[in-house]
Amino acid sequence: MTHLGVIQQLVLQQAQQAAPQATTTLGKPTVASIGFFFLIVAVTLVITYFAAKKTKTSSEFYAAGRSVSALQNGFALAGDYMSAASFLGISGMVALKGYDGMIYATGWLVGWPALMFLVAEPLRNLGKFTFADVVAFRLRQKPVRIAAAIGGILTVLFYTIAQMVGSGALIQLMFGLKYEIAEIIVGVVMLAYVLFGGMLATTWVQIIKAGLLLFGVTILTGLVLARFGFNPGNLYKAVVDQYGQPSLEPGGFVANPVEAVSLGLALMFGLLGLPHILMRFYTVPDAKAARKSVLYATGLIGYFYLIIPIVGFGAAVLTPGGRAFITSIDKGGNMASPILAEQLLGSGFLGFIAAVAFATILAVVAGLTLAGASAYSHDIYVNVIKGGHATEEEQVKAAKTATVVFGIFAVGLGILFKGQNVAFMVGLAFAIAASANFPALLMSIVWKRFTTMGAVWSILVGAFSSCIMILLSPTVWGEVFHHLDAAGKPYGILPWKNPAIFSMTAAFVAGIVVSLVTADQGAQDKFEDEKLRTYLGVGAE
Amino acid sequence: MAEPARSGPSTDSRGNKSALQVLDSPDFKALVKKRWSVSMVLLALLFVTYYGFILLLATNKAFVTQKVGEVTTLAIPLGVAVIIFAWLLTAYYVGWANKSYDPEVERLKSQLKR
Repeated sequence: MTHLGVIQQLVLQQAQQAAPQATTTLGKPTVASIGFFFLIVAVTLVITYFAAKKTKTSSEFYAAGRSVSALQNGFALAGDYMSAASFLGISGMVALKGYDGMIYATGWLVGWPALMFLVAEPLRNLGKFTFADVVAFRLRQKPVRIAAAIGGILTVLFYTIAQMVGSGALIQLMFGLKYEIAEIIVGVVMLAYVLFGGMLATTWVQIIKAGLLLFGVTILTGLVLARFGFNPGNLYKAVVDQYGQPSLEPGGFVANPVEAVSLGLALMFGLLGLPHILMRFYTVPDAKAARKSVLYATGLIGYFYLIIPIVGFGAAVLTPGGRAFITSIDKGGNMASPILAEQLLGSGFLGFIAAVAFATILAVVAGLTLAGASAYSHDIYVNVIKGGHATEEEQVKAAKTATVVFGIFAVGLGILFKGQNVAFMVGLAFAIAASANFPALLMSIVWKRFTTMGAVWSILVGAFSSCIMILLSPTVWGEVFHHLDAAGKPYGILPWKNPAIFSMTAAFVAGIVVSLVTADQGAQDKFEDEKLRTYLGVGAE
Repeated sequence: MAEPARSGPSTDSRGNKSALQVLDSPDFKALVKKRWSVSMVLLALLFVTYYGFILLLATNKAFVTQKVGEVTTLAIPLGVAVIIFAWLLTAYYVGWANKSYDPEVERLKSQLKR
């Protein structure tokens, strides 16, 4: 899997952890790292305590009472999006591979403008708690909600497993804890945030984490640039002197145009189908605030992706032993930023960066858990099982039960998938999101003729075609299930690593064809009323 | 705020139109059309920029590896430019929506019967 090969490496490392050399305290818990870790957990738990007092109704639990400001939501969106894969993965990839790491950075940003142009405002105006509200708005509730919940939960689950497995490996490396203990700690703290504080606490945890992450990476970047007279050209010169000109040139990453575009589509439109991102749009008061929050988020994320390569290049040239030393700690290079932090400011700063990385994973998992729990409790329990009539008390109780179940699943699956290749799960999450959730969401907003059966088929075809294509790809069929060709290279029944270009198209075609052959007069009639709400926000919560 | 001078059937009506009348009004239809035209043009620019960048890297190595500094390759400023341009597109959309879309929304909303 090209995409997020990063996380995969995190996990592969568990088995082959190299003994840390004398110049780093990585893997040995220090007073500084444990201190920062407890400080961050304690501060965020205090916030959760205050958020809990304000979380009584379902609207408060799922949508923070729609009281989040645009700037706050911008930080929270950025926090949800900048996972450990971005922070540790991209800097590590730049440190080891040079320019190819920068290609990732651009790909991870370009979904945001697309999100703004296509769905941000309609989503806010039509929805209540989940993106399924929008898809089901004028269609028959039950079938669409069930299908949308399947698409949403599949996406969130695969994303969560990857984060959990990645976090286990990371905590193991950083704090020297046992993998299973790390999983349980992540699970318990994450549950505490979500259960007691709901969306408000999760939002504040994301805001703090995004702030800490940007602060830490800015300091790292400043320190690196200070060594090169604040001229990136001097830094690049040092990189080329040590590792040669190819470090600044694109490598084999985008050699195949179909593969490159398919990866680009998954990254761009996967964002528009990620339930934990989409549900953030319901926390702001109106469409105008939703729009502004995307602008802030795009700015923060763009800034992050602009400076993170400097950290990566800095780690390659400022660490004694360079790439060889970084790979001796972690083959995937994921420890490049923490190692650099220790080189530049000592083990206290390492502790800070390590604690920020931990907070990053915790916060992202908390956001995912809340999204998974609302897909069940809001879409299935309230709207399908209870036919839309559940008391506030029942709703919050169902949401909390779903949260606990989802949390236990996350920890259990995280332990079960220990040492597994998780890159395919993150790839699957983005591909499912782009194929199952995005086409149905877009068509329900813009296409009058879209029908209930069209939505159901679009979601199911997108979800299953993307899953099956990834299963048959070289990454899973070859690398995970060890099917090797005569030359000993892993191969797939299908040659492509990323299915989005095909599975997304299939989802659109299925939605269009099925809609054209089925009739849904009710949906067409309601489309006109829906317009008033979509474009003017009349009647939006 | 002064109401913009307009011609057509919907100018004088304030707070007395049914939802159906607003939906049928040329102003509303023009608003929806305008919104998607702006979105589609910006999306097209984003596509050209991003997929152009990726395909350029994939297909024209000689071009992207030429030096723009002592060692810096053209690929580096190109990548930076894609990120900045994507943000500028987003900013342009917000500016357009605040200046042109929202006032029109408010005007149409004010025509609705209470």
